[in-house]
Amino acid sequence: MIIFNKSISLSLLAGTLMFGLAPAYVAAAEAQFVLNNCASCHVLTQTEKDTLQSYMSRKGPDLYYAGNKYREAWMVKWLQNPQRIRPGGMFFGNHTEVTDEGDVIKEGSLPDPVHVKLSKEDAQDSAAYLMTLTAKSDLLAEENYTPKKISKRMGAMNFSKFKGCSSCHRDRPDYGGVSGPELYTAAERLQENFMTSYIRNPQVWESKSLMPNRHLPDKEVSKLVDYLKLLEEK
Amino acid sequence: MKTSILALTLLAATTGSPALLAADAENGRTLYRGYCAQCHGLEGDGFGVNAPDMEVAPKDHTETAEMQARSDADLFKAIKQGGKAVDKSVLMPNWDANMSDDEIRDLVAYLRVLSNTGAK
Ligand code: HEC
Ligand code: HEC
Repeated sequence: MIIFNKSISLSLLAGTLMFGLAPAYVAAAEAQFVLNNCASCHVLTQTEKDTLQSYMSRKGPDLYYAGNKYREAWMVKWLQNPQRIRPGGMFFGNHTEVTDEGDVIKEGSLPDPVHVKLSKEDAQDSAAYLMTLTAKSDLLAEENYTPKKISKRMGAMNFSKFKGCSSCHRDRPDYGGVSGPELYTAAERLQENFMTSYIRNPQVWESKSLMPNRHLPDKEVSKLVDYLKLLEEK
Repeated sequence: MKTSILALTLLAATTGSPALLAADAENGRTLYRGYCAQCHGLEGDGFGVNAPDMEVAPKDHTETAEMQARSDADLFKAIKQGGKAVDKSVLMPNWDANMSDDEIRDLVAYLRVLSNTGAK
């Protein structure tokens, strides 16, 4: 069923490309490479609404708004040398084992190797194509993050104690929750305005995101991104 | 899975609570696995994968006596508005943006199954 739907969306996309609606500067060959090699795990054009079930069984993160989410330089680097981003996998529940000491991420249950590894050229071409996928631009237009100085100590306390982010996310390799993506690499991976927008309202990006909306005012959203940026500068 | 449906039916039959009669504990179970188990544990014992580094321990939802002390309205409020709204830790998040009131009622029904307590 899923495969059937995918092939429809693929031919639709291929159709749009052939009719020349895709940005002119992306060669069809680059788009085709991504369609052929990546669409089995990543959503490249949104066709259906997520349900909790479909969200929990995703094979990879949605990339249909990749151009509004990721930093191209990071993608080029990561695709050549992928390192795990989500310590509990795409959905922690699919990798969790109940033990006498509490629930743990099952040893050996996460994909190994972490991800397909691309040559430099393929990585550059794929990243360039992914940057043209810019659904949800209107959401970024609403953001205007301006960096402010923050102390690492206060930032860390805010991240864990006051906002509770560290329950699910790590701000260093050896501390924090494992159900969400690690965040000590967030600023390297993600665009600033994407980070503020997602923290402000995760569900406008992913309707079934497991992240709560803590209804934070602008100032508090910015403070969290200030901290994530500080982590990148280590 | 079948036993929880049975438990719920029995429960609903004995208490006759209109809210719980309408609620779907089986759906609550799915929601629990998706949103709650990361902290509260797949079996609801408070030992989820995120629990080891947390400064406040997630509540053990299998604790019959303690769960008995909470009304359905208390549980609903804690889930929808977060721990802070019921004078508990902010580390218990608010889930109002993740699910509808009906879904939260399904979760409350499932918590009653997990803790083996009746609707209140
Ligand atoms: C077998 C499934 C699979 C295939 C095929 C696949 N990916 Fe991925 N991809 C994943 C998973 C799973 C992750 C998340 C990795 C993690 O969290 O550690 C990921 C992550 C990514 C990321 C980082 C984004 C993020 O938020 O984590 C990019 C960029 C990416 N993939 C691009 C590609 C490209 C380009 C291709 C095709 C050349 C591709 N992927 C093929 C499963 C796949
Ligand atoms: C990020 C971790 C986390 C997640 C996810 C989480 N909780 Fe909690 N929850 C906690 C913590 C920590 C406490 C204990 C708060 C305290 O004792 O001050 C708690 C307490 C509770 C309580 C008890 C409140 C009281 O009256 O004592 C209920 C009920 C509850 N959670 C339900 C849920 C449900 C349902 C979900 C899923 C929708 C959920 N929790 C998801 C961390 C979490």
